[in-house]
Amino acid sequence: MILDVANVALPVDERLMIRKQRLEPLEKKPGQKRICIVTGIHGDELEGQAVCYRLLNEIRGNMEYLNGTVDLYPAMNPLGIDSITRGIPLFDLDMNRIFPGDDAGTVAEYAANQAVKDISGADMCIDIHASNIFLREIPQVRISEATAPILVPYAKKINVDFIWVHASATVLQSTLAHTMNSRGVPTLVVEMGVGMRVTREYCDQLTAGIFNLMSDMGIWTGPVTQVREPIISEDREVGFVNAEASGLFLPSVDFWTNVVKGQHIGDIVNPLTGDVEQRVEACTDGILFTLREYPMVYQGALLARILGGAELA
Amino acid sequence: MRKEVLYSMRSIYRDDLEVLGYRFGSGRKTACIIGGLRGNEVQQMYICSQMIKILSALEEEGKIRPNNEILVIPSVNHYGMNIGKRFWGVDGTDINRMFPGYDQGETTQRIAAGVFDVVKNYKYGIQLSSYYMKGEFIPHVRIMATGYQNVDLAKQFGMEYVALRTPKPFDTTTLNYNWQIWNCEAFSLFTAETQKIHPEGARDGVEAILRFLKYRGVLDVEVSKGFANPSIVGSEDMIVVRSGAGGIYERLKGQGDSIYKGEVMGRIVHPYEGTVLDDVVSPVDGKVFFAHRAQMAMEHEVLFKVIAEK
Repeated sequence: MILDVANVALPVDERLMIRKQRLEPLEKKPGQKRICIVTGIHGDELEGQAVCYRLLNEIRGNMEYLNGTVDLYPAMNPLGIDSITRGIPLFDLDMNRIFPGDDAGTVAEYAANQAVKDISGADMCIDIHASNIFLREIPQVRISEATAPILVPYAKKINVDFIWVHASATVLQSTLAHTMNSRGVPTLVVEMGVGMRVTREYCDQLTAGIFNLMSDMGIWTGPVTQVREPIISEDREVGFVNAEASGLFLPSVDFWTNVVKGQHIGDIVNPLTGDVEQRVEACTDGILFTLREYPMVYQGALLARILGGAELA
Repeated sequence: MRKEVLYSMRSIYRDDLEVLGYRFGSGRKTACIIGGLRGNEVQQMYICSQMIKILSALEEEGKIRPNNEILVIPSVNHYGMNIGKRFWGVDGTDINRMFPGYDQGETTQRIAAGVFDVVKNYKYGIQLSSYYMKGEFIPHVRIMATGYQNVDLAKQFGMEYVALRTPKPFDTTTLNYNWQIWNCEAFSLFTAETQKIHPEGARDGVEAILRFLKYRGVLDVEVSKGFANPSIVGSEDMIVVRSGAGGIYERLKGQGDSIYKGEVMGRIVHPYEGTVLDDVVSPVDGKVFFAHRAQMAMEHEVLFKVIAEK
């Protein structure tokens, strides 16, 4: 059934609606768990759309295996998705910087707060992101150091290639994940693919992983596929390769590949003068797991991330 | 006056981005005044331009007291200003949410780091600022309640109100917050406008800065007294008044207006039929501190913030 999470009148003959699809078991029993799959906080990230679609249809076609509640929130920022806008149209702040929201705040803060109230009490939440329009990411879960002991065991079950445990930053306290984790709802942040696109392979991969996690939690009793063993960042350094020149970035390596320090991974060129403005090299030995997708860059633009000290077989 | 490039960045198809600074006086780094961190902060840049004009004259007349250097940075995101964008044109990031910056990081982190490196060691930091909600405030000076704030100093601007903001996590990357963390006395000045030049508001802003610098012993200048005892208002003192419907918004009250409990402050009108959908009524006697500005409003929109009469 489709339920409203937030519903606010817009100025002219339309309502802003954040909606969810609730799937409940054929037979409700005490102790059954609830999982929330959230996506679309950033309106330019669409990978989670296909995941929601796949989950919904596979569960609906096999309702006899459902032993808990699945809440799918495909569009937390519906106006952003509709208008290819990362943030909320007519609002200055990134939606993932205003959680837990505020009933007394702006419309955006009010809507964020309604979503938090709706998710509260769930046994698990997965917040699916798709990087942005500039970078392509291997399917990964990002976890702050503080929550790693609780979340890494869950993250290992959702069929991602990589788990990145990173230091916390104060500003990230205003994310949905931080809010829900602080309120006792284990919440995994998935990053995969690239903005404004759907990568079918990654969506299928994550969908299989979510079924595996639901199976482990007792929410799904149907068959599941074997999931891959993710690489965990642990004590390894993540190396960042940023542009030192402005221009057009032309990569010369594949994505999700081993690189060695000093290896040529691309060039920043100037199409007006024909010059190579910067020969771009790997900053460390490791696995290249993030690669620039949008080619125009200014100094500082992130070109690649490398998981140092790791190697793909 | 010395004019210098504080930070620059190359572009292949545009002029280089150069952040210019205007220095007055010499010696101790006393005051830094910064304008357009966002591409629509025209009023903020304009106020800086007026300060540069006045400080140039004062310097020539020997009215900057010894051992005081004042730096004015009129604009940082003029790349945005020249193409009508409030934030960084490529990725939509807000330079004022990138402080203290990171010189090895992303583009706007580098710009923030380049600027912060220059401004962080001043004794007083004054930012001409704008708010994330669209509307008008009573002109005021705002400080963050980080534990390092100094309300008495803020009063020396002589503006009618000193607003004390309890920082939210997203505030921790603003210039004002980071200035305070670096032991700078940081103030954000809100004048009447952002995208349009409001001459009277700009004059008041310039007067407030000159007044502060005079009282701090930096300038030898005649200024009006301003408000001798500004009111201190915190987030908890603001009564929020919202719309009960979406539609065309008819505003009946503006910032600075006195209101009484039960008074109609605005109306939401059906966009097709012209009927009144909602009377926006004040819940208290008080004064309008913030007033939403748009021809239309959503349901639940913050239309007013009112300071209740005590």
